[in-house]
Amino acid sequence: MPDTRHQPPTTERGTTRVVLTLTALAFLTVCLILPLAAVFTEAFRNGVDAYMDAFREPDAQAAIRLTLTVAAIAVPLNLVFGVAASWAVAKFEFRGKSLLITLIDLPFSVSPVVSGLVYVLLFGAQGLLGPWLAAHNIQIIFALPGIVLATVFVTFPFVARELIPLMQDQGTGDEEAALTLGASGFKTFWTVTLPNIRWALLYGVLLCNARAMGEFGAVAVVSGHIRGETNTMPLHVEILYNEYNFVAAFAVASLLALLALVTLAAKSLLEWRYGDAIAGRAGH
Amino acid sequence: MEIRVERLSKSYGHGGLAALSAVDLTIRSGELMALLGPSGSGKTTLLRCLAGLEFPTEGRVLFGSEDATDLPVQKRGVGFVFQHYALFRHMNVADNIAYGLRVRDRARRPSAAEIRRRVNELLALVQLSGLGGRYPGQLSGGQRQRVALARALAIEPNVLLLDEPFGALDAQVRRDLRRWLRQIHERTGRTTVFVTHDQEEALELADRIAILRNGRVEQLGTPDEIYERPASPFVMSFIGDTSSLRVHVRDGVAWHENVRLGAPVADVCDSEADLYVRPWDVGILEAGTPGGLAASVVAVRRTASGRRAELRITASGASIEAEIPPGLQLKPGDPVACDVRQGRLYRRE
Repeated sequence: MPDTRHQPPTTERGTTRVVLTLTALAFLTVCLILPLAAVFTEAFRNGVDAYMDAFREPDAQAAIRLTLTVAAIAVPLNLVFGVAASWAVAKFEFRGKSLLITLIDLPFSVSPVVSGLVYVLLFGAQGLLGPWLAAHNIQIIFALPGIVLATVFVTFPFVARELIPLMQDQGTGDEEAALTLGASGFKTFWTVTLPNIRWALLYGVLLCNARAMGEFGAVAVVSGHIRGETNTMPLHVEILYNEYNFVAAFAVASLLALLALVTLAAKSLLEWRYGDAIAGRAGH
Repeated sequence: MEIRVERLSKSYGHGGLAALSAVDLTIRSGELMALLGPSGSGKTTLLRCLAGLEFPTEGRVLFGSEDATDLPVQKRGVGFVFQHYALFRHMNVADNIAYGLRVRDRARRPSAAEIRRRVNELLALVQLSGLGGRYPGQLSGGQRQRVALARALAIEPNVLLLDEPFGALDAQVRRDLRRWLRQIHERTGRTTVFVTHDQEEALELADRIAILRNGRVEQLGTPDEIYERPASPFVMSFIGDTSSLRVHVRDGVAWHENVRLGAPVADVCDSEADLYVRPWDVGILEAGTPGGLAASVVAVRRTASGRRAELRITASGASIEAEIPPGLQLKPGDPVACDVRQGRLYRRE
């Protein structure tokens, strides 16, 4: 009989551990590592030159530019919205608070295609505000504003979800202390609240950014697929793939995958830092 | 600075729970006052109303002769110390202490050198010299609370308010900090109000104690007054261990089940009353002693200061706690007699 006396009661037996680990590894390999490897092998199938050619194409460059532009607008907007919403939820008591929390989660629970359709129904030519927009020569659907709106909607929860539990946990003690010491509300926010949430905020922004650049469904509905104008990187990948231009499709896809890997690495780095901050607070 | 509270009421929600009802209280200039009461008595709400962290539904708060009722927290000049310290964890100790000086507008902000000098002075006052570069996470609970106090004192507040300042600390540290806070108070002479639910802390530390219950001041007085002449059974039992006996008062003598008790009776006329007694005012006599109440031992307990017996009075079944004199051996079931030497009588309503 193995000596189990000195093992903590929560430690599993050896066989259980091996089986669980192998299951997890097998799953990871099939569902994550193999596809990721496939993306890069397909992209480099015809050599580095063919790979680089995919990015020399003007449409590809336009798609990359558009994706970066959309992220550059959507992420800061959601940073501000996310902080404002978490601040309201965590530090104040008001009617309809649980409704607000549910609404923040809405983009997670609604299919992205539906999110895109909502904007078409609102701002499209046949939509609610369509005639008025057309009369004033404002183009939202099949243009940059629509893509930004859809992206903002889909990525809204990331920052708020990250901040709300942390801010609720931290409570209002630090802010109250700053106020009694004479700091204005604005100064309290900059010198006390923001530093307290900085790691979680950065973490939320990273996730938000990754999703903003990778969003397909909602953007596909509002973009109109105009080459060189309203195609983001994920849409460009789809078009190339449908045209059997596999090397180019996988090359652009590999750029998106790389972004995901960088985000993941940054996230782990943050978790490592942020974990310390949490431990520091627990002992506080 | 003298702080006056007039008819202060605070209720939450629509016609909801009243946390404070028409409290009148004057805190004298330079005084160290304790707000003592069980949880839910309104003591923290009262303190937060003084600070401007909460606003009363009715009534006034006066700082000296100035009406501070609607003054925002930043303008009140209060030093507030929180139970869980609320130190800024991303700033080191020196920056924490300097915070209140650095956030001032340019006209009122001391120079960097002056701020440094003040921080060092305060670090010395709270006996943490040399630890200015540490972060709150690297300090013990007692040290953190001393930093919090230094931070509150840095703005030279009109009044120092402490919300259960030692509540999160262990017993030994509490006792040390209590003595030390008293010394700081004597040195700075600043008007200080602290909230506690620990009667020992209030009795030992405060110049005067306000006992709160259900949002009202039940009694206000010096520790001696509160201890020796508690105004109600609530204060009596809150301030220390007590047991109570139903008695009948006749001709200036208290009787329990036709046994005459030794406790002197002052002003309660012939009526039914409750006699509240401390364990050390109950004498344990040999069973059958004439004039004693026949009783039996139910349980014997050890306390920090001695040993206690829970006695059951044979005639009435009432239970009473008595301090066991050194050397006396008792075990559950032993027959004894007891005698109440002193107690407080409260007329039965």
